[in-house]
This record gives sequence, structure tokens and C-alpha cells, in this order.
Amino acid sequence: MHVLVCIKQVPADPSAVKVDRKTNTLIREGIPVVVNPFDLFAIEEALRLRERMSSSGQKGRVSVITMGPPQARSALEEAIAMGADDAVLLSDRAFAGADTLATAYTLSRGIRRIEDSTGAKVDIVICGRQSTDGDTAQVGPELAEMLGIPHLVRVRKVESLTRESIRVERIADGGYDVIESCLPVLLTVEKGINQPRVPSLRGLMRARKAGIPVWGAQELGVEAQQVGLAGSPTRVIRVFSPERQRRAEMLTGSPEAVARLLVDRLMTAM
Amino acid sequence: MGDVWIFAEVSEGRPLDVVYELLGGGRPLADDLGGKLAAILPWGADQAGEASTKEAVVRDLIASGADLVYVVQSRELVLRQEEPHAQAIYELANQYRPDVLLFGATTFGLSLAPRVAAKLGTGLIANCTTLSIDKGSGLLLMTRPAFEENIMATMTCPDRRPQMATVRPRAMKRLTPDPGRLGEVLTVVCDLPSPGARVVEVVKEDQDQAVDITDAKIIVAGGRGIGCKENLEMLEELAHLLGGAVAVSRPVVDAGWAPESRQVGQSGKIVSPKLYIACGISGAVQHTAGMSSSDIIVAINKDPGAPIFDIATYGIVGDVCQIVPALIRELKGRR
Ligand SMILES: Cc1cc2nc3c(=O)[nH]c(=O)nc-3n(C[C@H](O)[C@H](O)[C@H](O)COP(=O)(O)OP(=O)(O)OC[C@H]3O[C@@H](n4cnc5c(N)ncnc54)[C@H](O)[C@@H]3O)c2cc1C
Ligand SMILES: Nc1ncnc2c1ncn2[C@@H]1O[C@H](COP(=O)(O)O)[C@@H](O)[C@H]1O
Repeated sequence: MHVLVCIKQVPADPSAVKVDRKTNTLIREGIPVVVNPFDLFAIEEALRLRERMSSSGQKGRVSVITMGPPQARSALEEAIAMGADDAVLLSDRAFAGADTLATAYTLSRGIRRIEDSTGAKVDIVICGRQSTDGDTAQVGPELAEMLGIPHLVRVRKVESLTRESIRVERIADGGYDVIESCLPVLLTVEKGINQPRVPSLRGLMRARKAGIPVWGAQELGVEAQQVGLAGSPTRVIRVFSPERQRRAEMLTGSPEAVARLLVDRLMTAM
Repeated sequence: MGDVWIFAEVSEGRPLDVVYELLGGGRPLADDLGGKLAAILPWGADQAGEASTKEAVVRDLIASGADLVYVVQSRELVLRQEEPHAQAIYELANQYRPDVLLFGATTFGLSLAPRVAAKLGTGLIANCTTLSIDKGSGLLLMTRPAFEENIMATMTCPDRRPQMATVRPRAMKRLTPDPGRLGEVLTVVCDLPSPGARVVEVVKEDQDQAVDITDAKIIVAGGRGIGCKENLEMLEELAHLLGGAVAVSRPVVDAGWAPESRQVGQSGKIVSPKLYIACGISGAVQHTAGMSSSDIIVAINKDPGAPIFDIATYGIVGDVCQIVPALIRELKGRR
């Protein structure tokens, strides 16, 4: 069974991202990056599914894929160090500036190419619940639609897995749903579904030496106008800091005095 | 001439609150575009046989701002199954070509909308808090917080249709229902393929069902600055005197002083009460993301530089352990 994890490299502290007042663009240079925290749960869950399979005598394989700049290789290395079998980096200048639709499209073509090379469908695709920088939770469901498979979001537990189907608990507003799906399927996993392992030293060595193919637009057989900014239906037209203009009226005095002032204000205001 | 569509997510035969907010937020958009405001109401096997409820829901949607309700009927449109819902909306949108298509940013809406967007090959902006129509271009301007609320971004979808967004609960105001409003109903019966994923069991799990802070008109909220679990009792007393409910920041939940259902913020609930009294809360963006649209915000904090004062209406620099009891005494004295 083949499990594929989609991961993204993101700023370590997204709230540190600032707006360049002159150009109205985001200042991202020099900001330390990490694997999207939600995606660590995705990697861990894939590894656990592989363990589950091997204990029932099935062979499992975990692949990892990311679309990003050349530096995103280090995110893939971290996944291999955790125990993933192999990884692919989708990287090309033409991919830059992609919104969720163009990202999902590019990932779907990467997955198709992996399937062509193995001659078999990927059985389970796992994404994080959301990325901390894009923060949309859209890439997973869009990717599932493009692959023509069902998707289950916010999975908090995999109850059972067979060759043909999977049964999970997924969070819903006000509780959870038990849901059963045929394979192949795409899952997005909730934080806390597991405790992601820390890469081992041996894993880190292996990752450093791992051959990670880099596929661009040509390898994926996509036109430049289908990917990146050109393939993105949405445009950012303005970026700004939220207004902080509502300055408080400060009430001062003894506790009794401020309590009286406040209750007076509230009585007239409400 | 663009129509604006909103998805009417129904639970137990009742549209969610966010559906009415979408109607309230969608109304001016439809007016600016000179089009109709339509609601898509899925009606599946689990709601079948309740024709009277369906009529009532349709009337309610029209009273709350819809010009037109598409009732989409299919046995496959059962609770929270994305594939048949996406297929039905896709077919409808291809036939009637709305200009704008909005979903509430509920768990189901956030899962369904991207599936629909990918089918339609159009853009989708997540978790919007403000929507408007650009006078010059007629494009939908979609504004959302990004980078943990640190930055706001306004986006458009210039060339593809529909222009799609998910909208944060409580970001838009519902209209006052007008039972006299007139609207059309169009019933569409769909023959949908059976989905690959099926819900087999629905489990309700709200630990703290007695109090839903998202419904409270007045909220007294405690942060790490309240110091200990016992001090929540004085907040309860204050809330009781005001007829409100107690909410908390995340560290209070992490410390085990209060259940998660009381947490306000980015990873908790979004609230928008008439009055929010923040006691010992610093005002981190992840917290204010959940309460900044409250009508009146009172901040009580011993640190005059606490960022919560930036968004507060009234600020008191002081110790919560002195100010809150003084407020309780003042309120009791005025009874
Ligand atoms: C991904 C992510 C998601 C998050 N989601 C949420 C969320 O949903 N909700 C949330 O709340 N947080 C969330 N957080 C955490 C958030 O960043 C802050 O850490 C948190 O809101 C701080 O809570 P606080 O204001 O209660 O505590 P603190 O920041 O520690 O502030 C305590 C305040 O109390 C004041 N104080 C102390 N003693 C007294 C006293 N005796 N009298 C008066 N004032 C006093 C202090 O001056 C201080 O301002 C999230 C963080 C991350 C990274
Ligand atoms: N560039 C990318 N490369 C690989 N996976 C991605 C990428 N962007 C998003 N994802 C996946 O989609 C999930 C949701 O991301 P988002 O829609 O940005 O919130 C992430 O947790 C990843 O699993």
C-alpha cells in the first residue's frame, strides 16, 4: 500500500511576517523556516499506517512531496529522517506565486507522475489540516477533487484500514462523525491525532544522502500558464496591518471609583 | 447582472446561524451587482418527510434576505457528505452561472467549498471577514486576516466565475427578518452518484452544552492574569449579575481551569457579544481574533502597555482581584 504525504515549508513564526510599507508585499527573507507543524502529524500518521500494514503482512511505502523553492528540500529531508521511504520536490520558477488551486493542480500532476512510475495508484494521500502561512485548509480538498477521490478532513483517529477501505473519526462542529471511505482517499489530519516522532540520528544521515528528484514544469508536463501565479485565479490586491485605531477610554481612580465610572458608561451605552 | 449565491448549511432541519449572516452580508453585494440573492438549500434523505419544516426554512431564508431559494433534493444529500453536495452545487452553478458563491466557514463549509471550487476551476478565499463590491471593476473584494491575524489581505478573483469565499461565522450581521418579504422557490431534483465516503455515525460531543459562549450577549473573560482557578468564581458571579457567560483565553484551558468549549480565539470560538470584559488577558492576536468584533470591549489589566488596551472601548489599569469585586459590589448596590 502506498501512502503519500503532502508537506509544506512555512515561516517558523508566521506572526513575524511583516508588510513592506513601500511595496505592499510580505517580507519573508531571513525568516527561519520549519515543516508546517500540522504536517508533522500527517507524516507521523503515514508512518503509523505503514507499521499497521506491515504487522498485517502487507508491504507499505511512505512517500513525501512538496512544492516549493529549492530550500524546501530540507523539509523533505526531515520527513525522510522521521522514516519516510522517499521524497519528491516540485520546484520551478514557474510554480512561484501559486494560490491553493494552482498548488493543488501542481501537486496532482506530481502525484500522477509518481503513479506512472510505479504503475499503481497512491492508496492514501495525507495532508495537514492547514498550513500556518496559507492558513486556508483548501489544498487538501482541492487536490482530492483533482485526483477524483473522496476526502475526509480533520481526521482525529483512524479506526480501521483494509485493502479497500478506511474508517475514521473526523471532527465535526459539535462532535465527530464516524465515516467510512473506499480507497484511494485523501485525509487531512487534526493536530493531536498522534505524537510526531523526533528524527533519529541514523535517519538524519540517511536523509542527507537520499536522492531527492526535483521535478519542474517540464517533468510534470504542465504549461506555464496552468501553474504558479499565472495559473492562479486569485490575486492579492492589498496587504495591510489591521487597524488599531479604537483607543480605549481609560478609567482611573480607586477600585470603587472605576467600578462606578464603568457601570455608568455601560448603563448609557447598552 | 450578477447573482450572489449562499450555501444554506442545515443541521437538524434548521439553517445554521452563519447562513443568516451570509444572507445579511450577501444582500448589499447582490444590490450593488443588480442581481438576485439566492440560497442553495440541500434537502436530503435524512430530512425527507418533513415537508412542513422545509417550507418553514424556505420562508425563513426569504424573510432573512433571499430573493430566491434553490431547494436541491436528492437522497444522497445527507448530512456532511462532501461529494454529492459538491456535485449538486457544481451542476446548479454551471446551469445558472452565479457571479458570487459564498459558504460559511464551518467545518463542513471549509471542506465543501474547496471541492466545489476545484470542480468549477475557480478561485476561493478562505475565512473572509469583509466582502464588498469594487465600484469601478464590479469585482468582489474579499478581505481576510493572514499570518495569525498579523496582516489583513484583500483579494479578488478577476477572470473566473463564480467568485468564491468562505466567510467567518459572526463576521457579518444578519438582517432583521421581514416575514412580508417575497421570494421565489425553485426545486431541483438531482440524481447524484453514490459517494465514496459515507457518514456511518454522528456523535455529539459538546462537553459544556449548558453554556454556549457564542450565544451570549455579555461575556466576562478570564486570562492567565486571574492567577488561579478559584478566581473564576468571581468572574462567574460578575457574569451572573450581568446576565452573561464566562469565557477564557487559551492558557486558562491549558492549565485545566476551564473546558475547551469556553476558549475564545483563533483555535477556540469566535464570539461577538454586545459586551466583552477581558480580565487579565494580554490581548494576543490569537485571542483577539475571536472577540475583536464585540460591540463594547472592557479591558482590566495591571500592565498599562498590554495590547488589549489597543482594541478596548474602556480600559482599567489595575488588579483583577480588586477591580472585579468592586464591580460586583457596585452592581449589587444598584439593584
Ligand atoms: C497557533 C496558536 C493558536 C492560538 N489560539 C489561541 C486561542 O484560540 N485563544 C487564546 O486565547 N489564545 C490562543 N493562543 C495563545 C495566544 O498566543 C496567547 O498566548 C494567549 O492568548 C495569552 O493568554 P492570556 O492573555 O490569558 O495570558 P498572558 O499573555 O500571559 O497575559 C496575562 C495578562 O494578565 C495580566 N495580569 C496578570 N496578573 C494580573 C492581575 N492580578 N490583574 C490584572 N491583570 C493581570 C498581565 O499583565 C498580562 O497582560 C494561540 C497561540 C498559537 C501559537
Ligand atoms: N506547497 C505545498 N506543497 C505540498 N503540500 C502543500 C503545499 N501547500 C499546502 N500543502 C498541503 O495542504 C495542507 C493545507 O494547506 P493550506 O491549504 O495552505 O492551509 C498542508 O497542511 C499541506 O499538507
